[in-house]
Amino acid sequence: MKEETSNNSRRKFLKSVGITVSAAGVVSGFSLLGAAKAAAQEPGETVNLLTQDGQLVQVDKNQLRPTVTGPLTELQKRGREGIAGKSFVMVIDLSKCRNARKCMVACQNHHQLRPDQHHINVLQMQDAEHTAPYFMPKPCQHCDNPPCTKVCPVDATFKRQDGIVLIDNERCIGCRFCIAACPYSARIFQWTEPKDAEKYKNLTYNIEANVPQKKGTVSKCLFSADRLRENKLPSCVSSCPNGVYYFGDQNEDAVTNGTTHETVRFSKLIEENAGYTLMPELGTKPRVYYLPPKNRAFKFNGDLLNEENLH
Amino acid sequence: MNDLPEQKETTLSFEKIKKDILRPMQNHKGLELWIAFLVTVISVCAWAYYVQLRDGLGVTGMRDYVSWGLYIANFVFFVAVSLVGMLISSILGLLRIDWITPISRIAEIIAVAFVAVAGLVIIMDMGRPDRVVNVLIHGRFQSPILWDITVVTTYLTISLLLLILPMIPDLAICKNELKKASPFLKRLYNLLSFGYINTPSQYKHLHKMIRTLMVLIVPVGLAIHTVTSWLFAATLRNGWDTTIFGPYFVAGAFVAGSAGLIVAMYFFRVSYKLKDYITDVQFDNMGKLMVAVCLVYLYFNLNEFLVPGYKMKTGDDVHLTELFAGHWAIMFWSSQLLGNVIPIMLLVTKKFRKPFPIMVISLFILAGAWIKRYVIVIPTLLHPHLPIQNVPQNFVHYYPTAIEISVTVLSFALALLIITVLSKIFPVVPICEIAEQKGIEVKIEA
Repeated sequence: MKEETSNNSRRKFLKSVGITVSAAGVVSGFSLLGAAKAAAQEPGETVNLLTQDGQLVQVDKNQLRPTVTGPLTELQKRGREGIAGKSFVMVIDLSKCRNARKCMVACQNHHQLRPDQHHINVLQMQDAEHTAPYFMPKPCQHCDNPPCTKVCPVDATFKRQDGIVLIDNERCIGCRFCIAACPYSARIFQWTEPKDAEKYKNLTYNIEANVPQKKGTVSKCLFSADRLRENKLPSCVSSCPNGVYYFGDQNEDAVTNGTTHETVRFSKLIEENAGYTLMPELGTKPRVYYLPPKNRAFKFNGDLLNEENLH
Repeated sequence: MNDLPEQKETTLSFEKIKKDILRPMQNHKGLELWIAFLVTVISVCAWAYYVQLRDGLGVTGMRDYVSWGLYIANFVFFVAVSLVGMLISSILGLLRIDWITPISRIAEIIAVAFVAVAGLVIIMDMGRPDRVVNVLIHGRFQSPILWDITVVTTYLTISLLLLILPMIPDLAICKNELKKASPFLKRLYNLLSFGYINTPSQYKHLHKMIRTLMVLIVPVGLAIHTVTSWLFAATLRNGWDTTIFGPYFVAGAFVAGSAGLIVAMYFFRVSYKLKDYITDVQFDNMGKLMVAVCLVYLYFNLNEFLVPGYKMKTGDDVHLTELFAGHWAIMFWSSQLLGNVIPIMLLVTKKFRKPFPIMVISLFILAGAWIKRYVIVIPTLLHPHLPIQNVPQNFVHYYPTAIEISVTVLSFALALLIITVLSKIFPVVPICEIAEQKGIEVKIEA
């Protein structure tokens, strides 16, 4: 519920920023010719503009240039570039996961998904017949050798400099080759009109959250790239009640637990807990690390798939 | 002295060849009814595609796990059948095998029709067909889809040329003989006969061009089916992640294509009354060819299933168990037995290579070939590396919907319509090549 409200306010905020920036654009557009002429006579005169991340800035009129609107919107352009200097990683501690599924709900709210659409899915795993079962949250692995982006015919899904694999649903042609190529089954497709399509139809497309979702295109986990830009943890990470998720920057060698907000060394966490990646034999080089489900924080009551055993 | 009667006879024969082959183009009631039927089917099924466009791919049985279904299976099937053009008119043509002369044009017509529809099927499978131009604007050549688009269009172009160029002398005949043709057709014959009057220099140039194209289409033909197989083999999925998919698909395509050709030969022979041209010899030889390509395909199947089946690696084990003895067993074994093993056993006997029995066997081979594509595409998607959980029941199974089946019927009807129309406006058996082969002088008036 809380997630929804913050989501709504964020949306409103985005909308208002959009309006302000475009209004500023119109105003500056009108005054631009005049301003350019007047610039020589009136040096140092400034105008107030609101940037896309919500800061009010003063700009010298001499610096004003008409906007060049290319085939990509500003959000798409920065979304494709990513956040410079970052290298995002996630660590999932399987010993803590007790299938609360708050991550799945938070994710679905954030990305406007239906309850049966998963960017992150908590799977009930059992590696061999007599080994103990465990719960395994499975987001997109944001592979460094991503099989999905390789096969995309139109560069709609791509890997950016901070390691995140995104999808541009304004370019996707819906061939679903990436879904076939992903060995982790991390991608979904909007087979019908997405949830609340009518409600969100006028919203500017935010590539970093992949909202609004579009019919006939692929969607996937984005590590909540829009929240990362605001220095927030991904939705799933911050919604976990059990301390399962760590998220952070590999360059800083620091990851933060979404529940306890404790920041630890990434390399140490992985080393001390025998961290591993999923199916390393496939050569995909995931950015999501798992800590093995040993000394589990809870007991199993028999059949995992039984609803009563969900906590 | 003896020359005179022989000369007379040959002139008559050339007239007879012309008359026999041009007759169904002029007057064929059944054919017109058949075209009307196909157009009706296409119009009705086009509505199904409209529904899919309007409501999204959700009207199909596909969901997040089985994200490629009937359409992709159809695509692979269409590409497979189209490879017959390259097999018959190029490989066998370059080897100067003469019994293919009367059937090479049918093979080329099938190639053009099936590869053209294959291209359409891919667009029908797209979630956003309105964005198809993105492939040109933002195309990434690292994606096998771009390779596929390249080879499909190249193959279609060369196949069209290989249909039209050898037909130039025949079209010159059509221009002269078919006085009652519609003005459009007359213009078409006039245009496509390029003023051909069979002078030695024209003959030489034409045949040089045809031979060049025959050589060119061999690598393109291999490429089209190899690249199609790479759409699967380039992924990391159990059942697709294999190195022999390229040659395996090519071998399978020769089987499906030959079967398609035999069925078409039979119908043209009966419906166009071409018994004197498409003779038992052609069926007998196609039967032998079929045994050969089926054996190659059987060999690939053995490699593709026996080797991983022997090891039963994690991931492959679930997939193969489902194929051999599980949910997919009936489809898997029927495609292997009806589409491959039993036809080999039957076709080694001469009596089964007679026109009617071999046509029936070929229908089974075609059905088997189609089921085989279905079994290649769908089961793999149902056996991903990680378990399928927390999704509705219809994500865990795949059953094509009525809409999907209608769109499938649409694509098949479209392929048949193209074949029918091409065989209605063009002579299906090469008039001049037959005459030449029989040592009859070809006369084309200017």
